[in-house]
Amino acid sequence: MIAIIDYGVGNLFSLTCSLKKIGAECAVISDKSALRSASGLILPGVGAFGNAAEKLEESGLDKVIKELVYHGKPLLGICLGMQLLFEKSFEYGEHVGLGLIRGEIKPLDMYVKDLKIPHMGWNSLDIKNAGCPLFKYVSNGDYMYFVHSYCGVCNDKMQLTATASYGIEVTAAVADGNVFGTQFHPEKSGDAGLNILRAFAEIAG
Amino acid sequence: MLAKRIIPCLDVKNGRVVKGKNFEGLKDVDDPVKLAAYYSESGADELVFYDITASAEGRKLFSDVLKDVASNVFIPLTVGGGINSLDDFDRVLKCGADKVSVNSGAIAQPGLIAAAAKKYGDQCVVLSMDVKRISGKFKVFSHGGRIETPLEMQQWARFACDSGAGEIVVNSIDTDGVRGGFDIEMLKAVCSEVSIPVVASGGAGGIDDFIEMFRRVNVDAGLGASIFHYGETDIRKLKIALKEAGVEVRL
Repeated sequence: MIAIIDYGVGNLFSLTCSLKKIGAECAVISDKSALRSASGLILPGVGAFGNAAEKLEESGLDKVIKELVYHGKPLLGICLGMQLLFEKSFEYGEHVGLGLIRGEIKPLDMYVKDLKIPHMGWNSLDIKNAGCPLFKYVSNGDYMYFVHSYCGVCNDKMQLTATASYGIEVTAAVADGNVFGTQFHPEKSGDAGLNILRAFAEIAG
Repeated sequence: MLAKRIIPCLDVKNGRVVKGKNFEGLKDVDDPVKLAAYYSESGADELVFYDITASAEGRKLFSDVLKDVASNVFIPLTVGGGINSLDDFDRVLKCGADKVSVNSGAIAQPGLIAAAAKKYGDQCVVLSMDVKRISGKFKVFSHGGRIETPLEMQQWARFACDSGAGEIVVNSIDTDGVRGGFDIEMLKAVCSEVSIPVVASGGAGGIDDFIEMFRRVNVDAGLGASIFHYGETDIRKLKIALKEAGVEVRL
């Protein structure tokens, strides 16, 4: 069973539906002990980093997630959920993340000039690490749906598994061992997105 | 690369799609869920649902339809029609909408844009505006394009952008229904005013109109209703033609 972590941030309806669609067993869970019995964790999220990080900390979910990941449980962060995997964010101030991926979250307009912000719409993927198990069913150039104004800046290039060309090489996906993250929304990216979730469901077993 | 988006728009009344006929291999074109799935498979990048019912019963049916669509179609869904308050945002977002489009509701209460952007995020708030030329000015109309407001398009677009809207849909009343092409002049005027994505609506009569628009003005998406519903223009064929014309699309 895949646990969709509910910490009061974001709309979990589409994500739940998309996992059901691919036949993966899933449940929306906010209870810490129930997370332990899940085979994999999905950390969703929309909105501001600071608010989300605060809610994870207040609920104590941050510690549980880190502990479970340390013991090998697969984790997939989506959109803001991916950004929370990083060490730090500079969205409205400075906030500490889970620190599972090395690097920081910075405003896109620091790097992207003369292009519209938010980066919204379908962008093709440039896969940097084709061996990443999350990409088992997708191909280089597949389009995914993005909506964001901040981006992940990886300090360890080995953890950067895919980018999306939008003025710069925008971080599209990251991974380190059993930790995965996508800036795009697989639950809104049609068949290509469902293929990402299918791969994660297999990783979770 | 970021692809240009093609967006069919469906009007829903009492749980059924109002327009639509003549789809090969699709028997019940009035069924929003079937039509949504059909469009998604044809390559639509996003879907817009307009609730054109006014009754409470109609609203309930619309919510059920939306949930059903969101459970089966995994591309972004925008919902508009009758959005006048944060409660309305809440209602449709809970049913699986990703973006909410405000029009007359924001004209009546401009603070709604900022309030919704703060609560649900910029990416969630779409300003839709119906615009018509009046004595050489682009004027904004409310109530489905029936009532002229004192607002001028460029100022209204700028205000929405500054208030935190994540996207703007421009529907030209002048070209709507004429099917002689999009309103390039009007679209250029909006695009030079705001830095957020702009969606063009009104006037598409065929594939060439989309090609011309994407070549001449930096809009992000083209929205169409009858052109798709009556099966004259197939979305996949349109996207193939766009790609051949050098426009980046998702195929």
